Order: sequence, then C-alpha cells, then structure tokens
Amino acid sequence: MSNSLETANQPEKLKRTVIEPLTRVEGHGKVTLLQDEDNNIRQARLHIVEFRGFEKFIQGRPYWELPVLVQRLCGICPVSHHLAAAKATDMLVGAAQLTPTAEKVRRLLHYGQVLQSHALHFFHLCSPDLLFGFDDEVRHRNIVGVMEDYPEIAKQGVLLRKYGQEIIEIISGKRIHGVSAVPGGVVKSLNNEEIQYLLGDIDQITEWAVGAVTIMKRIFMEQLDYHQEFAHIDSNMLSMIGNDGSLELYHGNLRANDMNGKSIFDRVDYTDYQDYIREGVKNWSYMKFPFIDSIGAEHGWYRVGPLARMNNCDFISTPLAEKERQEFRNIGGNKPVQSALAYHWARLIELLHCAEAINGLLHDPDISGDDLMNKGELQRVGIGVLEAPRGTLFHHYEIDDDGLVERANLIVSTTNNNQAMNESIRQVASKYLSGNELTEPLLNQIEVAIRAYDPCLSCATHAMGKMPLEISLVDSNNALIDRIEKGSTGQIKRSNN
Amino acid sequence: MPEQQTFKLDSKTIPFRDGDTIMDAALRAGEYIPHLCHNPEFTPHGSCRVCVVSANGRHVSACTQQAMNDMEVDNRSDAIMDKRRNLLQMLFVEGNHVCPGCEKSGACQLQAVAYYTNMLSPHYTHFFPKRSVDASHADIAIDFNRCILCELCVRASRDVDRKNIFSISGRGIKARLVINSDTGKLGDSDLTATDKAVHVCPVGAILPKHRGYDKPIGERLYDRQPVSQVGDVAAHDEDDNHG
Ligand code: SF4
Repeated sequence: MSNSLETANQPEKLKRTVIEPLTRVEGHGKVTLLQDEDNNIRQARLHIVEFRGFEKFIQGRPYWELPVLVQRLCGICPVSHHLAAAKATDMLVGAAQLTPTAEKVRRLLHYGQVLQSHALHFFHLCSPDLLFGFDDEVRHRNIVGVMEDYPEIAKQGVLLRKYGQEIIEIISGKRIHGVSAVPGGVVKSLNNEEIQYLLGDIDQITEWAVGAVTIMKRIFMEQLDYHQEFAHIDSNMLSMIGNDGSLELYHGNLRANDMNGKSIFDRVDYTDYQDYIREGVKNWSYMKFPFIDSIGAEHGWYRVGPLARMNNCDFISTPLAEKERQEFRNIGGNKPVQSALAYHWARLIELLHCAEAINGLLHDPDISGDDLMNKGELQRVGIGVLEAPRGTLFHHYEIDDDGLVERANLIVSTTNNNQAMNESIRQVASKYLSGNELTEPLLNQIEVAIRAYDPCLSCATHAMGKMPLEISLVDSNNALIDRIEKGSTGQIKRSNN
Repeated sequence: MPEQQTFKLDSKTIPFRDGDTIMDAALRAGEYIPHLCHNPEFTPHGSCRVCVVSANGRHVSACTQQAMNDMEVDNRSDAIMDKRRNLLQMLFVEGNHVCPGCEKSGACQLQAVAYYTNMLSPHYTHFFPKRSVDASHADIAIDFNRCILCELCVRASRDVDRKNIFSISGRGIKARLVINSDTGKLGDSDLTATDKAVHVCPVGAILPKHRGYDKPIGERLYDRQPVSQVGDVAAHDEDDNHG
C-alpha cells in the first residue's frame, strides 16, 4: 500500500508539508508530505537536496592519492571511505593479498570506526527518541535531556565513542581524516605502548557494549508489537559475508536474501557487483536507487547495514555478540527481522562484536609486525567493497596507462537504503499520520523512521552539513498555514498565519 | 688581517664574507630567513620574494641582496611577516593547493613556511586555474596544480643534470612550467628518477609515482619541528620528503 505513496495524482491540489532539514541525522535532507483535504497522506518522499559529485572531482588524479582524497567526501565515516578506496587500490597495484599485519591493522581501524559510529548514532542521535518516547517534548528530546535524566548512559556513550576515536587516532595519526592505508598495505603498525594503552580500557568498553545491547533489547521487547510494526517493511537484504558465513565487516563476498530469508545470490565476488546490482535514478532525488538486477527496479530494492548483516549472517565469530544475535533472530522466528527499529538493536550487537574483535586483535602479535606492504603488477580496474557502519560500500575506479583515474563509481551505504527509507516513511505516513493534523510529535515519527537507518546524507550525495529543523505547512495555493522552527539550541518558534 | 665585516640581522650581529648575500651569511650563522626558491646549491633567483627583508629601510630579497658592512636588516618584525604572509597567500590562490589530499603535506616547504608566518587562511579569492597532472613518465609525475614557479627544477636540470628538461614559458600571470620534449610530455623527455631536478621541488609538484603518504602523520619532516629548525626539504633524505 505504502508503495503507492511515491507519486500522487494531481499533486498541485494537495497540501504540502516539508520537514527540512532533517535533524539528528548526518547530513542534509528533507521529507515532503502531500495531504488531501481530509488530511490523508497522498505522497511521501525523502529527498536528498545536496549534490557534490566526488566521482567527477577525482578524475585525472593519480590513483595512489585515492584513499586520502576520497575520505574527504565525508566527515562522519571517513575511515570507511579511506579503507574501501585502499582496497580498490590494492587491486590496482596487484596486491591480491595483504600482509597479515596490514590486514589486521586495517581491521582494527575499521572496528574502531564502526564502534565509534554506532556509539554516536545510538547514544547521541537516537537514545532520546527511544528513552523518552517519540512524542516527548522537543526541548527535552535530545542528548542534553539524556545527560540530565540518564547521566550514566550518556557518559558511557561519550566514552565508547572516544575509545573508537582513540583507535583511529593511534593508527591513522588523527581522529578525522588521518592516513593509515596506502595501496598494498598500511604505513604503520602498533607499538607495544599503544597496544597496552588500548588494552587498558577494553574490558570496560566491552561491558558497556553489553549494557547498551541490554538497554536496547529491553526497550524493544517492552513494546514488542509496536516496535515490530513501526516503519516495518518487508525487503530484500544485501551484505558482505565471511567465507564461513560469519558476520563480516571488512572483507568477504556478497550475499543477498529475499524478504523470507531465501537466497537471491550468495558468495558473489564483489568485483562482479555490476553483474548483480544496478542503479536507477528518479527525477525528484539526487540520490540513486540501486536494485538487484535479477529482480528488477520495482521489487529489487534492498536494505543494507546492521539489520541486513544481522539477518544475512549465519553466525558471529565472537561469543558475546553471537549470543545476542541468536536472541535477536528469535524475534523473527524463521524469517528475517524486518522491523526498521530493529536496526538499533542490530547496530548495538555489532558494537559489541567490534569491542570483542578489537580485544582479539590487540592480543594478536601480527598487530605490531613490520611487514606492511605487498605489491604486484599494476592493473587498470580496482574495486573495493566493505561493510561501513551504515552498510555495504562500493568503490570502483578505472585508471589509464599513466595511473590517473579515468572513471569512478561509488555506491555508498545510504544510497543502498534509499528506496527502503522512502518505503519506511510511507509506511509511517500512511499508518500514523494519515488523517491527522500534522504536529511536531507526528512529524518526528517520520524522522524516527529515517534515523533508524542512520543515514549519512553527506555521504549519499557527498555533501556535508547539519542544521536545525523547520517544518512548514502550506495549502494547495502554497499559502503558509503553519510553521514550526527549531533553533540549533532546541528552542521552538511557531508562526501561524 | 682585515677586520671581520658584519651586519645586524634583527638584534644579532652576523659576520659575512665578500660576495655573500644576506641569505648566505644568515644561513651560515644558523639564522632562518623564510624562503622557497632559494637553495644554496644553485644560483639565487629571487623569484618567490618570500625572503623579503628590510635592509636599511629598503625592501629587498635576502637571497639576492649582497650583504654590506653595518647594514641593519629587519627579518622578524610584524610588518615583514605580514608581507611574507601576503606573498604566500598569493602563491596559494594562484595554484590549486588541496593540502589535505596532497602527498607532500607535512613535508612541504610552502605549507611549512605558511605555518611559520602564521598564515591561517588564503585570504584572497582562489583563481582555481585549470591545470593538469602529467603522469606520462614511468617513475615521476608532475602536478602542475601545485607548481609555484620557483624554477629550482629548471636550474637543477640545466646546471647539474645538463639536460634542460624544464623551462618557464609565458610571463606574469601566464607564466607556466613547460617540459622540453617533442610532445611536451614528461614521458618523452630523458628525465630519470635520479636526476637532481627530481629532488629539489620544495612543494608537491614533482613527485615519484605509485607512492605517497608513506610517513605516518606525526613523523613527517615538519610535523615535530618548524621549518626554521628543520630547514629546506631538498636538504633531507628522499625518504623524509613525502607526507
Ligand atoms: S604542494 Fe604543499 S602547499 Fe601545495 S597542496 Fe601540497 S602540501 Fe599543500
């Protein structure tokens, strides 16, 4: 049903509400809602309103600059772009395999990144909705409110994030936009002092990660039916998978399952991704709409990210996270868990997995090895794929004889979730908003649905920015009926005509 | 024995020999005067003007101005630093310097001198000139976006390598570095990776191919000490010269 809300007939006759910009998401986007005279929602769309185009910008640049250049397309998860580009350039320099030290240092960096990103998303951006309710007063429904009411949780969120950032800083020299990976390897490994420093806190970090999963699980289970139903859509799921079917964030093959958990494709070498995935465009969004080619554009869209990974993998290699995964999968019965809000739960299980995996790597002697680089014959095509915090991330480059980039194609995690986010907001719009006068708490539900995906709109359009919220309700003649503004400090201003 | 000739650099007395420039004498005495196109191995050129000082009240380039007995040279006043900063800002906006993505970052003399003069922003409007990368050579690439026309490669290729591979074409704002080969491409010149010209670039314009960023952040040439103590990038090992 919600599908029909993509395009309304005679939209000019409908009332238009715009949620712009979206708050507590990374980047800048907007949602438009069209209502008829009885307030029934007739159209709902998530638009990404910025455009930057890194693919063009890097044309003509030397390939060895890519890992450093492209990480600049995002300040939120630069490490993911740094590593995906590095993997692509590994292929360009013919490094079929990295040295054990290089691979493990990169993994450690990646786990640090996923840990800090997931912590930020849950504690800073989403815990206000989940702890206080979607309709809590706006001035309270934010991280400051969490600090006041749940100081211990807020503190853990801050320190979990800090720990991930420290890993990033130690390995890459900076918290944001450092340098670690180069084509064929890494520039440094960890020394003993650095390892001991990180080991000092890892037990505490793991304990907090377990605590975070427990909180989320409790919240989810307390209103199981509502949480299962809210923004629920049935979708295909795409993710990377380890050779043994395990949850894999850094390197593996691609797996896609349908909404019932049945295989669409499995163990696909990601360098063949173009044989399986295509990108559609729509005239109302800068963001592309990828889909699984064998199913087609209409039904072939899929979800990526923590929910897809948790549903697709057969097991998790670390014990605490595996135990949580089993509990998580139980709520779906034999089927994949399809609730959008289950993203939060899956995300925190991954956070726990990262803490455990970090612990393992810090005890691995390879992490301080000094065999850092591998190179072979230069190739013309390099494709690097990994699981970024928000989902599968594709970097694809083609270079000329001189080593300069001729063509680049990036499919970022959020783009993979484009159709799914649109479907989720349509579900919320038709189920909870339709027929009602739009109020801030109702509109927040749309944002709650989007936030579940942790979209990085910066990445998706390769742009950056975050601003306060402004919602305008205009009638079919474009006359302003109602307007709510939220400043960056959280103060609300309402202006009626 | 003739009396030692000296001049004053700020408050310090600097001895000099006949024929010395202010720069020669200052460097020998361990005093830093910011510079980019100067390299003691080559004939002074005076083109970047970053070594501007005030000598007896006149603005001159320290690298070309002969030292004179009892001369009073202002090298550190705010007024002189302001001038240098302006010159550096113009160098930045004339080219396309994307330091965060540049292999030379952290080991780049232009960047290091900019830090030294406390340059916090480009200040002027960027020209965004359309320039290219020539990666046609097997081992060496030139990124013309980052060239500051210091002519060190021109001088090194002419005076040391005896190959005359580089020259400057055009004047004023149209001046640009060109390659003397049939096609104008570096790959068709007889440049080799061991040529002196390849090892004198103070910025990230002439670089070895297939590598970069191999020094971790924190260990690059200018990460720990300022250029006033580390000195020229060309005076250091090849391994230190890449960010
Ligand atoms: S050459 Fe120097 S100043 Fe120019 S971009 Fe590179 S680091 Fe920055």
